[in-house]
Amino acid sequence: MSFIPHIPLGAGAEAAVDWIKANLPVVLDAISDSFNFLAGELTDLLMLLPALVLAALFAVLGAWVRSWKFAIFVLLGMTLIISMEVWEPAMQTLSMVLVATLVAVIISIPVGILAAKNATVSAIVRPVLDFMQTMPALVYLVPVVIFFSIGFAPGVVATIIFSLPPGVRLTELGIRQVDSETVEAGEAFGGTSGQILRGIQLPLGLPTIMAGINQVIMLGLSMAVMAGFVGAPGLGKIVTGALATVDVAVGFEAGLGIVILAIFLDRLTGAIGQPTPGSIGAAWRRRQSAKAELAAAKSRRPAPGAGVGV
Amino acid sequence: MPAIEATGLTKIFGRRPQRGVKMLREGATREQLMKEGLTAAVIDATFDVQPGEIFVVMGLSGSGKSTLIRNVNGLLEPTAGTLLVDGDDVTHLPPAGLRALRRNKVSMVFQHFALLPHRTVGENAAYALELKGVSKADREKAAEEALGMVGLDGWGGHLPSELSGGMRQRVGLARALAAGTEIMLMDEAFSALDPLIRKEMQDQLLELQADLGKTILFITHDLNEAMRLGDRIAMMRDGKIVQIGTAEQILNEPATDYVSQFVADVDRTRVLTAGAVMERPVAVIGSESGPRAARKLMSEHQTSSLLVVGRDRKVVGVVWEDDVAEAIRQGSDNLPRPSRAVAQVSPETPLAELFGDAAENRSPLAVVNEKGALVGVIPRVTLLSALAVPNGSENGTSTDSEADATAGGAR
Ligand SMILES: Nc1ncnc2c1ncn2[C@@H]1O[C@H](COP(=O)(O)OP(=O)(O)OP(=O)(O)O)[C@@H](O)[C@H]1O
Ligand SMILES: [Mg+2]
Repeated sequence: MSFIPHIPLGAGAEAAVDWIKANLPVVLDAISDSFNFLAGELTDLLMLLPALVLAALFAVLGAWVRSWKFAIFVLLGMTLIISMEVWEPAMQTLSMVLVATLVAVIISIPVGILAAKNATVSAIVRPVLDFMQTMPALVYLVPVVIFFSIGFAPGVVATIIFSLPPGVRLTELGIRQVDSETVEAGEAFGGTSGQILRGIQLPLGLPTIMAGINQVIMLGLSMAVMAGFVGAPGLGKIVTGALATVDVAVGFEAGLGIVILAIFLDRLTGAIGQPTPGSIGAAWRRRQSAKAELAAAKSRRPAPGAGVGV
Repeated sequence: MPAIEATGLTKIFGRRPQRGVKMLREGATREQLMKEGLTAAVIDATFDVQPGEIFVVMGLSGSGKSTLIRNVNGLLEPTAGTLLVDGDDVTHLPPAGLRALRRNKVSMVFQHFALLPHRTVGENAAYALELKGVSKADREKAAEEALGMVGLDGWGGHLPSELSGGMRQRVGLARALAAGTEIMLMDEAFSALDPLIRKEMQDQLLELQADLGKTILFITHDLNEAMRLGDRIAMMRDGKIVQIGTAEQILNEPATDYVSQFVADVDRTRVLTAGAVMERPVAVIGSESGPRAARKLMSEHQTSSLLVVGRDRKVVGVVWEDDVAEAIRQGSDNLPRPSRAVAQVSPETPLAELFGDAAENRSPLAVVNEKGALVGVIPRVTLLSALAVPNGSENGTSTDSEADATAGGAR
């Protein structure tokens, strides 16, 4: 018994998808081409170097922003990926995640800033984000495939949609939670809203914004695997293949590769924007500032014979 | 021309605040506005701040002090009334005009310092100039100078997190000083500091003020702080200014019961000075006069001692009844030799420092100016009665019509 007639929302969505497909082919092709190009080129670039050399470079990066221990983990993890013979798909997944993250960050930070500064924008953006986040990913994979066929592009687009919300949310939160008195100080000394944003809100909100970007990357990685269903290359494709053939061994190895990539990206981006005294980068900066202070002290007191022997 | 001049300044928070202004004009109370969802934070405030003055706004939490001060630099826009800074109306400035006001005329010191934690002390001190677009070299120089003024030489390279609370607020002060504005707003600037540090900062501010002569609008909820710092004090209650006056006026002539209740537990001995309680020197005799004139004066003023002054009004000493009577009996034409046991104090001496002198000497205290000339006396009874909280019957000030029972009870 249904007293309430079926409201054809699904049909509406289908019509909208059809309309976009029919009327905006140039736009869709442009998006598709550029994502395929970017992710493809980045993969080629990563594959240019011998796998072990690149693994070592990743380890150096880890040491720079985090610690020696992390560097060793990175080196071992990457070597494991090589030994499991999933290096190329891993690099494809990495490329896809990086391109998607880049685009998601480029979109989410300005939107987050607008939402933080304007209550109306915030009120509009919030339900949209909720929708994007809770709509099951497999559902919007369908129109994505219709729009962008298969390859990197649908994967990148699906990844962007899925990973965008935390970027926007945490940017908004990061800016809103900056101590209001400090923001007021910027205003009280005659700062423009741009000066206050650049000089106070962004730097002080950075840890939260970085946590958002970290979330974007982690969600992007999980989505990049889902994108395997629509034929996006990478570890996800292997996982979905293993699912179809019920191949535990292959599935496990690809899954392990994803875990290693995830930890690598998480710890790496988690370290940016946080004080990491154990990192080589921090040690280097300490030396630089010590040098600068010494120089300043010397210039203040140019007493002969009082030079500090270093 | 006053540096700041507010007339009928009113600030109401809530939707369509103009309703509230109308209601207030029609005699509605703050509570009635509250029922309409409007908060009348400042109601009809009229005051002026003279150049070079420290003007203190004093009131309990929620009385509207912060709201008032934020109208002055346009962080809040008044709902009604006018506000002139240096004679220019700043009530409804466009954004660019507001920025110019804040960059060139009015700077601010904040309760919780509001320093930028990711920047060095030097960069923080230079922040106002940076916003203004002053070149790096110039603003660093100005910042260093300002840090020197507040006693933070050589700390420019440190981060605020490496400093103690008092030092951080010195940076906040340096930032406002480096901005180079004539007017400084200080919203509970010392309230977050320990009592001892706080006292130090007050001293520092007074010292700086003696050199720089800024116009300071200072907010506090601590009456002792208000009395120490303020040339004049505005007492606020529930959004209204209930009295404006010097510390002594507020103490001795409280305009309402609320004020007198407020000042009841002030340490009067530290606020009141000798100048405020001294009496006109009438029991005084010239050193060339004779003992008979002295006896006449004593009986006229019903006192047992007279201060003896020279032609230059400098205090020579004190003569007592017994000695004068003895001199008359001996037929002497000269005053007896004055006793030197007279304490001489300056008008600025706080009462707290007078008790020692009063205890040591039987005679009244002589208040003398910087040239040593007698300007007043403080009999010992006056000193004691000055400590008592004034009440209506004694000083004749009318009590507030809405006289409230608790105020009377608290005394
Ligand atoms: N932005 C605002 N919106 C609504 N109401 C406000 C706003 N700012 C202040 N108020 C209200 O105005 C009244 C006065 O607040 P204000 O901050 O000026 O008081 P204050 O005297 O500075 O108190 P405190 O000593 O706690 O700082 C309070 O009732 C407060 O709740
Ligand atoms: Mg306040």
